[in-house]
Amino acid sequence: MRKFAARAYIWVLLILMYAPLVFIAIFSFTESRVLGSWDGFSTKLYQNLLTGNMQGNASLLSAVQNTLIIALIAALVSMMLGTIAAIGIHNLKGRKKQAITFLNNVPMINPDIITGVSLFLLFVFLGISQGYLTVILAHITFCTPYVVLSVMPKLQRMDSNIYEAALDLGATPAQAFWKVLVPELKPGMISGFILAFTMSLDDFAVTFFTRGTIGLDTLSTYIYADARKGGLTPELRPLMTLIFLVVLILLLVINIRQARIAKKNYIKQKLYKY
Amino acid sequence: MTDTIIDIKHLSKSFGDKQVLNDINLYIRRGEFVTLLGPSGCGKTTLLRMIAGFLQPTEGSILMDGKELAGIPPHQRPLNTVFQRYALFPHLDVYDNVAFGLKLKKLPKEEIDKKVRRVLKLVAMSDYEDRDVETLSGGQQQRIAIARAIVNQPKVLLLDEPLAALDLKMRKDMQTELKEMHKKLGITFVYVTHDQEEALTLSDTIVVINQGKIQQIGTPTDIYNEPVNSFVADFIGESNILNGTMLQDRRVSFIGHDFDCVDEGFGENVPVDVVVRPEDIYFTKDPAKTQFTAVVKSCVFKGVHYEMFVDTDTGNELMIQDYDPYGVGETVQLYIDPDDIQVMKKERVCNTLEGVWNGDYIDFEKPEFSLPTEGLKHDFPKGTKVKVEIPFSSVDLLDDIDGGLTNGEVHFILYKGDHYHLTIRTEDRGYFWVDTQDIWDKGDLVGINIKNKGLKIQPIEDEKA
Amino acid sequence: MRKRSNWSLPYLIFLIIFVVLPLILILVYAVQDGQGGFTLGNITRFFTDKDALSTFAVSIEVALETTILCILIGYPAAWILSRREYNKSAVTIILFIMPMWINALMRTLATAQLFTILGMNLGKGTLLFGMVYDFLPFMIYPIYNVLVKMEKSYIDAAVDLGATPWRAFWKVTFPLSMPGVASGVLMVFMPTVSTFAISEFLTNNKIKLFGTIIQENINSSMWNYGAALSLIMLIIIGITSLFSKDKEQAEGGLV
Repeated sequence: MRKFAARAYIWVLLILMYAPLVFIAIFSFTESRVLGSWDGFSTKLYQNLLTGNMQGNASLLSAVQNTLIIALIAALVSMMLGTIAAIGIHNLKGRKKQAITFLNNVPMINPDIITGVSLFLLFVFLGISQGYLTVILAHITFCTPYVVLSVMPKLQRMDSNIYEAALDLGATPAQAFWKVLVPELKPGMISGFILAFTMSLDDFAVTFFTRGTIGLDTLSTYIYADARKGGLTPELRPLMTLIFLVVLILLLVINIRQARIAKKNYIKQKLYKY
Repeated sequence: MTDTIIDIKHLSKSFGDKQVLNDINLYIRRGEFVTLLGPSGCGKTTLLRMIAGFLQPTEGSILMDGKELAGIPPHQRPLNTVFQRYALFPHLDVYDNVAFGLKLKKLPKEEIDKKVRRVLKLVAMSDYEDRDVETLSGGQQQRIAIARAIVNQPKVLLLDEPLAALDLKMRKDMQTELKEMHKKLGITFVYVTHDQEEALTLSDTIVVINQGKIQQIGTPTDIYNEPVNSFVADFIGESNILNGTMLQDRRVSFIGHDFDCVDEGFGENVPVDVVVRPEDIYFTKDPAKTQFTAVVKSCVFKGVHYEMFVDTDTGNELMIQDYDPYGVGETVQLYIDPDDIQVMKKERVCNTLEGVWNGDYIDFEKPEFSLPTEGLKHDFPKGTKVKVEIPFSSVDLLDDIDGGLTNGEVHFILYKGDHYHLTIRTEDRGYFWVDTQDIWDKGDLVGINIKNKGLKIQPIEDEKA
Repeated sequence: MRKRSNWSLPYLIFLIIFVVLPLILILVYAVQDGQGGFTLGNITRFFTDKDALSTFAVSIEVALETTILCILIGYPAAWILSRREYNKSAVTIILFIMPMWINALMRTLATAQLFTILGMNLGKGTLLFGMVYDFLPFMIYPIYNVLVKMEKSYIDAAVDLGATPWRAFWKVTFPLSMPGVASGVLMVFMPTVSTFAISEFLTNNKIKLFGTIIQENINSSMWNYGAALSLIMLIIIGITSLFSKDKEQAEGGLV
């Protein structure tokens, strides 16, 4: 009985949480311009999305494109900057380490709107005209701390001498970095990259304040503008549905892969232990 | 080609204002097994890392085959290191770990293959080529770490406490193997350890280091039989270290008796440290031979010999090792051969500090503290530089670390038969030496007070004046 | 670049330019008038502006209510998910955390649309409902993380010492899970108190939140007043983050 109550609670919550998403998904399969009215089953909206021949505002596709490009660049730069920074921070000691760790935490604790406003003021102050570049810089600012945090535990678990060991065996500092440090840190770097990428995809407020007035739209700012105009571009429905699916599949794959790696390691350990 | 492969001259190393190594002079012969031995924090690993090239000397130079090593980055030095916790690359398997250095040299594949297999055979790990290094036991990882280093045929192999992470049995086995490997390879081994027994077993030459300075260099036998100071005597093997007085040449007094010895040239009535190894105190039934008597306090069997503690007729405690046991409470007659009495100059007879007389206080720079002048029968103008001599027994240690003038950590303990002689290290790396009856443990944090008893204060003449 | 500690230098410079300097600029702009002279007028203006004050109060109220609702609903869910006897599937957990990975604006829009279709009046009720919707995963996940890593032997020990399961929960599990709750509070309260677009969607612009005023001022070029308002929000955030120390620990790694 208690088990039933517990399960019921979980499922009711899940159903409530997913109701809006399911609702959008259902209505992505009808042609109706207005959400909520069913004009019969159709994949027309999906076709429109793929061909770019939109019923509503055609800039949706360029917004999606911008979002992906910005997220990709920001995540890549963050991954590199954050990894090198993490190695540096790991080798720092005492007060210097505390200070930079604290600074690294600031962008994570700061609400988006503060990050957005403060960076907006910075670009105004420096006289940098806002657009693609400023949005990417802003995204790097709030993404890099997550990379640092993902790489740090890997460094802590690593034998501090392996870099020296590589040098000792004749590797140049560059070879030691690429052949030993990077392979060791790769898992942390990849999860940092994924975190940074999704953070960037997710962002609205920071982009909103740093994109300037050149009409640069990401998916978030597009949706915001679209909703404020009262309408809702019908093609957003299939787009959202696709995004839900992609994220869900990605998460499942990552977790299943992780579980499989864990299991493999476990078996290996068992096999070799005698 | 000379006999010397590594020549270290006037080498010093500081981290910030902390001096870790102080004027190290040392040469290492080709093919030798040299051990750098000392307690943790003595600077031995720092020395090794400077030879390897991971640290740069603050002063001095390291020559290898007559060539200055400074400026040569680690990857171009013809030596390899076995690291403390092995530092194997977890993302590579056994074979690729061992082949790492050879692949960087871009040797042909067949040659790499041949070399790797040969060296894996040498360390008895032939069947493990494809294994993940993380699935290996400590001892196996150890072998791979050695294989990975020696496959590059270095002229010198540096080993940084390579056996420290192994259990006792494994350690013993690996010691034998290392010794054999050294013979087979014929290359120079520079070995760092804090384990004196390991050093005695393995080395051709031992370099004893303490507080950043070389204390003694010699063969294991030399170091054991003729320690140059009480630190070496205490650190290597078991010993009785006692306060004594050199009466005249070949005549020394300690534990309240006078003994013949073989040492000369100390002068007359000079305070000295006397070391007697526990196996060098003999039991006798012959009254003519007897030099002093004692009562047995404890007797424990140690596998080969018995270890006994006795109280002498003059109230000193001695440790004695003998093949025959004596009953607790039994009064025994003892003697020591003149050859077995090792007399050493005292490094210091009191704490000597330099400070500035500031009226109410004398301010010292290192260790940094202020001594109240109340009750001192001296008076100097303010600002006078003074030398203060504080007897070992005038330094009090307190449980409360904030209860004294300053504080520090018990760094080194010497039992001197009837009292303990402690070295206290302050936070700013100053030292106090203390005689006490109280029992402290190494690493204890203590408050330090100075008793106004037997203090000698003299003004230092300013060089300009 | 011999010393690897120097590798932190590029990032340190980056942080100073893009984190420290901007925050200083908020302070600088907040105490300047339009001509660049020093003034406290922007800050006093807030404390005398009835609309701004009431919006501020509403924002805090909504954020608090959302946070409390998230704890009340999220804690039991996190607890159930962390117990093997109730939940064996990792998929359930993934379903709970997946919304964290989807653009919040998109989810809010979907929620607001559903409310409209169902004929609900957009207002305070839908605002709270929608906010809880949006931020519940951020409360469940850190609590779940702490609970699932908690040594089961603590509870066994408590029961062994004579505690009923109910008392064992309140005396052992609950206090030990506080770091998770704290980081959940941080992850829910911070964004809710500073949000602007979400509230506009969910109330059809009927209820203004503090974030909206900041945005309106910045967008209409009233940078100084906007900066002053941001400064006030920063202070609130600073106070809140003092309550949570082990944020990273509880968040753990997701990927």
